[in-house]
Amino acid sequence: MVVCLIAADLRFNSLGQARALLDTLTGPVIWVADIPAVLSAWQDTHIRARSQLLEDNARLQRENLLLQGRSLQMASLQAENTRLRGLLNSTAMLRNDVLVAELIGVSPDPVRHQLVLNKGARDGVYVGQPLIDADGLMGQVVDHGEFTSRVLLLTDLTHSIPVQVNRNGVRAIAEGTGSLDALEVQHISATTDIQEGDLLVSSGLGGRFPVGYPVGEVVLVQRDPGQPFARVIARPSAALNRSRHVLLVFVGVPEEPIPAAAEP
Amino acid sequence: MVTAGNALVFTVVASSFLVAAVLAILPLPQWLLWARPEWIALVLIYWCIALPDRVGIFTALLLGVLVDALEGAVLGQNAFSLSVLALCSLLVYQRLRVFSLWQQCGVVFLLTGMHQLIGQWVQNLEGAGARSLLFLLPAVSSALLWPVVLHLLRGIRRHYRIS
Repeated sequence: MVVCLIAADLRFNSLGQARALLDTLTGPVIWVADIPAVLSAWQDTHIRARSQLLEDNARLQRENLLLQGRSLQMASLQAENTRLRGLLNSTAMLRNDVLVAELIGVSPDPVRHQLVLNKGARDGVYVGQPLIDADGLMGQVVDHGEFTSRVLLLTDLTHSIPVQVNRNGVRAIAEGTGSLDALEVQHISATTDIQEGDLLVSSGLGGRFPVGYPVGEVVLVQRDPGQPFARVIARPSAALNRSRHVLLVFVGVPEEPIPAAAEP
Repeated sequence: MVTAGNALVFTVVASSFLVAAVLAILPLPQWLLWARPEWIALVLIYWCIALPDRVGIFTALLLGVLVDALEGAVLGQNAFSLSVLALCSLLVYQRLRVFSLWQQCGVVFLLTGMHQLIGQWVQNLEGAGARSLLFLLPAVSSALLWPVVLHLLRGIRRHYRIS
């Protein structure tokens, strides 16, 4: 009976409904286990020195100014982008909506890189939904209950993601290694133009992840003449073991055309 | 001596498993992660020894499915290993009761080690097995914590007069 259960889940993926139900059932336990973390976060926000608050405030204002300055040109650049895409007859850019979620649990098994979030089917989370933080892609939703969902991180042994090198567009697959700070880029032939320091972004091939989110930075390229492929290791951009607030991305909401600016 | 009713027994056993489940997924620092004791397995072993006619393989099976959902494992992984664990504890419970504490720790080490091994087999089917023998570390920490769990649960059982 148990063997049938294992086979059903592993080979045929036929237990989606049952998993969703069980996830909803076990949700409260995860909430309870998260209480210490919530308490320490509460303590961090409520019990704080005045000088520290002032310092934080000043720093945030500086950051805000910087970001505002950068986004000033955003509108005109976006309009220009739409115009150029129109010239190239390519499809309209997709706008991605996001939902802020909070981490409430991590996998107790060090081999499994999974997170539990406090948003579930009720908030419109779906299986396969990508997850990002402030620095880059983190992973994708693998199953969800009514109020919680479970995310598989990029670095899990069973996860791979299609990427491309931002500098020249070389496409590759980045696989998880089971270690939180390394992705292995697979099947890069020894002559491919890839260097240490290259930024890998999601390529959007496969249709699961949106295009252009940072995935990782290449930290090691080993070309061994005896091997058919180079060994390429990348460090994930996202703070996989630190982020508590993360964003769930709703892929593929078509962007409304920008009317006036698009006319020459 | 008055013994407790069925409802009370159920409440006490269920809440002990609930506490074990919370302990089992409590976030731990990175260096402790590999040595996390198998709380649920320990509590299950205790109840199998103490109440062999009430807690058994079927309890383990149901519990295991819930643990699988909780840990995000393949459905059936813990259900399988916990049922085997319950079966083995039921086979040896009469001997285990008269063992000295350290002998009991040895048996608990074997039982939880087996639990870990079965878990690894299933995870390897999935392609996500551990790459070193570190996955056996929880068996050591569980065996070391067995006296604590034993005395705590025995205290609770005697307090509520469950038998």
